[in-house]
Amino acid sequence: MKQLLTFVRKEFAHVLRDRKTLLILFGMPVAQILIFGFALTNEVKNARIMIMDQAKDQASRQIIDKIEASRYFEVNQYIHHRDELEKGFKQGDVRLAVIFPQGFDHALQHLHQAQIEVIADASDPNYATTLSSYISSIIQDYQSEQVAAAGHLPYQIVPQIRFLYNPQLKGAPNFVPGVMALVLMLVCVMMTAVSIVKEKETGTMEILLVSPFSPLMVIVSKAIPYLLLSLINVTTILLLSVFVLDLPVQGNLILLFAESTLFIITCLTLGIFISVKTSSQQVAMLISLMGMMLPTILFSGFMFPIENMPWPLQLISNVVPSKWYYIIVKAIMIKGLGFAAIWKETLILAGITLALLVISLKSFKIRLS
Amino acid sequence: MKEAVITTDKLTKRFGDFVATNEISFEVSRGEIFGFLGANGAGKTTAMRMLCGLSTPSSGNASIAGFDVYRQTEQIKKNIGYMSQKFSLYEDLTVLENIRFFGGIYGLSRPRIREKGEKLIKDLGLEQEAKKLVGALPLGWKQKLSFSVAILHDPQIVFLDEPTGGVDPVTRRQFWNMIYEAADRGVTIFVTTHYMDEAEYCNRISIMVDGRVKALDTPRNLKEHFGAATMDEVFYALARGAKRSE
Amino acid sequence: MRTILFLLEKEFRQIFRNRSIMLLVLVMPVIQLLLLPLAANYEVRNVNIAIIDNDHSSYSRKLITGITASGYFRLTGYLFSYKGAMSLIEKDQADLLLEIPRGFERNLVREGRQQLFVAVNAINGTKANLGGVYLGTVIKAANDDIRLDLAPQQAGAPPAIDTVTANWYNPLLNYRVYMVPGILAILVTMIGGFLTALNIVKEKEAGTIEQINVTPIKKHHFILGKLIPFWVLGNVVFTLGLIVSRLIYGIVPQGSILLLYGFIWIYLLAVLGFGLLVSTFCDTQQQAMFIMFFFIMIFVLMGGLFTSTDSMPEWAQVASRFNPVTYLIEVMRMVILKGSGLKDIAGRMGVLTLFAIVLNGLAIFNYRKTS
Repeated sequence: MKQLLTFVRKEFAHVLRDRKTLLILFGMPVAQILIFGFALTNEVKNARIMIMDQAKDQASRQIIDKIEASRYFEVNQYIHHRDELEKGFKQGDVRLAVIFPQGFDHALQHLHQAQIEVIADASDPNYATTLSSYISSIIQDYQSEQVAAAGHLPYQIVPQIRFLYNPQLKGAPNFVPGVMALVLMLVCVMMTAVSIVKEKETGTMEILLVSPFSPLMVIVSKAIPYLLLSLINVTTILLLSVFVLDLPVQGNLILLFAESTLFIITCLTLGIFISVKTSSQQVAMLISLMGMMLPTILFSGFMFPIENMPWPLQLISNVVPSKWYYIIVKAIMIKGLGFAAIWKETLILAGITLALLVISLKSFKIRLS
Repeated sequence: MKEAVITTDKLTKRFGDFVATNEISFEVSRGEIFGFLGANGAGKTTAMRMLCGLSTPSSGNASIAGFDVYRQTEQIKKNIGYMSQKFSLYEDLTVLENIRFFGGIYGLSRPRIREKGEKLIKDLGLEQEAKKLVGALPLGWKQKLSFSVAILHDPQIVFLDEPTGGVDPVTRRQFWNMIYEAADRGVTIFVTTHYMDEAEYCNRISIMVDGRVKALDTPRNLKEHFGAATMDEVFYALARGAKRSE
Repeated sequence: MRTILFLLEKEFRQIFRNRSIMLLVLVMPVIQLLLLPLAANYEVRNVNIAIIDNDHSSYSRKLITGITASGYFRLTGYLFSYKGAMSLIEKDQADLLLEIPRGFERNLVREGRQQLFVAVNAINGTKANLGGVYLGTVIKAANDDIRLDLAPQQAGAPPAIDTVTANWYNPLLNYRVYMVPGILAILVTMIGGFLTALNIVKEKEAGTIEQINVTPIKKHHFILGKLIPFWVLGNVVFTLGLIVSRLIYGIVPQGSILLLYGFIWIYLLAVLGFGLLVSTFCDTQQQAMFIMFFFIMIFVLMGGLFTSTDSMPEWAQVASRFNPVTYLIEVMRMVILKGSGLKDIAGRMGVLTLFAIVLNGLAIFNYRKTS
């Protein structure tokens, strides 16, 4: 036990001495939380649009006024010719154009039928769909007002929409659990793998392995500092999300930490596995980055919707530990659910961890003999 | 006395409160083999790095081949060769490729590089290995190759930082033969070492203790002065008082 | 000038000899371009909906048929209690739930107005938003039908504005067409940035940089000797990416290819300059790796690959103007999808040129041959 402490202390000294890496290690979650919390939203705001008003009558004015008043849109320019459309879109900042035909009001009043043309820059399909549906609903509102003014529209079905968990449609509830998975993966897998391989490269690993201390303990003592660092990171992320992003932890905090510890152990095991299998830092980094980070980002579901993927990818996503961790954190933190709702996911995560542990212990033993 | 190619005057390097090299002053003349001795951490490498223009002194003066260590580091670099403690040729390049690269950045013409390279490989007996990666060579050959590359551009002075560390006695002997040959051609050799038998091969030696030069003379005079039979004893007598070591 | 040739010869030999670099440059981009666009499909379709029908009337059934027939929704639960529906949301089996209250049909007919209750799982903002929008459209259509049914003479009477929507540049609303150019931009950035940053630091770790520093080599020659090989590799990655997007995704740049290359040439100088700058600050590969990872992550997130820079708050929009990746993603999409020309992207080119000069200048300044 005393020996273990000595080793752990040595590892801590290594970790703490490299100030630049340490800064990044603690700075990374902070920066990510701030970016995800404040900079990235799916909310549409101030989208720049063009208006081509060939009618210039009362109805077109009123609709334009309504568009201008909406927080979704910012009328960037008024154009007079169709060739200006192309120019506006190609310069890149205009997202949508609204065109009123000549005699718009006249057609509306006398023919009871008029047309408005909406042209969207659909290179970003979701953004385009959202914008054109907002324009449509502004136009519908205008119509309902007109009808209401004239008499009333009968038989209305009025849907009342309530947004659960995230009424302001912020990015944060989706991203905070994702950031946790990502940061833990980064710290535990990459740092552990690289630091062990580094000792192999410089030859100090040999010295440790010939010491009377059991080789397994050498590895364990290497993992302990990263376990602690990771727990600090989890705490930082939670504090930030509660106090800076106003995103409280709905469920049980102890359960959240327990599940996080399980995931950290999964990651550490992965890191050790990589370090056993590789012999140069560069290769270890490459494998951690491409083999671990990429699947985490791809398959945990916080950046890319898993349900839209082709089935082989969906199948693969099931063996990615961060996917399960992400589901667990979302359930506890955002939805406030208890262990009963996530025992299956926990079991799967524990199973993956156990399998990894057995495999890396086996290959570690083979390596030694 | 022949013309001095290295002159230092109270040359000092501080890192914060720590004085790595403390007011060292000496001269080395052309064609001399100058041994630069000291225990680990005595400040040898720091001093050598200042002389090579790799590190700017905190105070004091020095001139190398007539150039000032503060203002003319790039001219100094044209006129010196350097072989560091750590093997520093490219392990993922072949012998020939390393020669071509270093010859090239010292500004040798391509025909000249080819001619010198061929001679170098023949002298070292590396004909079989010329196209092999340097990383695959045994340490002794690597060191000899490093030295040959360091003097490829015919520098006036060559700085060798513990060139024979970890090398077997036969290779060390061969290595010193190469040093003598270079010195015969008028190259000044500035060498640090931990081997006291190697110190005997030098024309003159200085011994550094705790950042200062404690002794400087020919090996014979030093032994006489300290009443010692071997350089080992001289070194021990001086280094015993050292306060810092690694 | 001759010195640079020797430097280049050496760098290229080392690169070609390093298997992991070759793997990174030739195989990784292809794999990522095959995988990522498949994964990065933000198309919102098959929104899972759970319906609680407390009315069981012909109109409530009409509404439900309208929803299931719309093609936007997948009915994953038809329930009788709010609680049961909520548990579907908690299990992520439903994104939306629609509650049709008891007496829906009767009230609609008698009072001419009736509410419906919709709850959206808004953890995933995009999906919630679009799901809500789709449901609104479907309900309105059903409403029009019902109105026509109840009062045929009145329905046609109010003036109707017909909104005709055209989707330019991507009429089929294909998400891959949008993502592929962005992903290619990220790949070029990552590979270029990481390789350059790691390269000088590797020489520091191996001690070979010391041997270089003791030679009379000029600082800017050394930096150029490092820059050019990775610049060439960046171009290789980019070309490979263009070929893959052409062959697999059928994406043909609408604008001039030459213009794209022109922009990439300047962009690579900027991003490699950044990598070099980072490497001058670091002592170990581990450090370089982490610092680069940190910055590239921020660049990518703030660069508008996933969420439009337009909807960012003011400060973030200002910050994204200092992010080279923003410019590349924008320009890639502009030139490839919309066929924008030199005039349209000249401003962005200018800014990147400035970035390139400043970053490389700093890298040269900060690279110390003498400590």
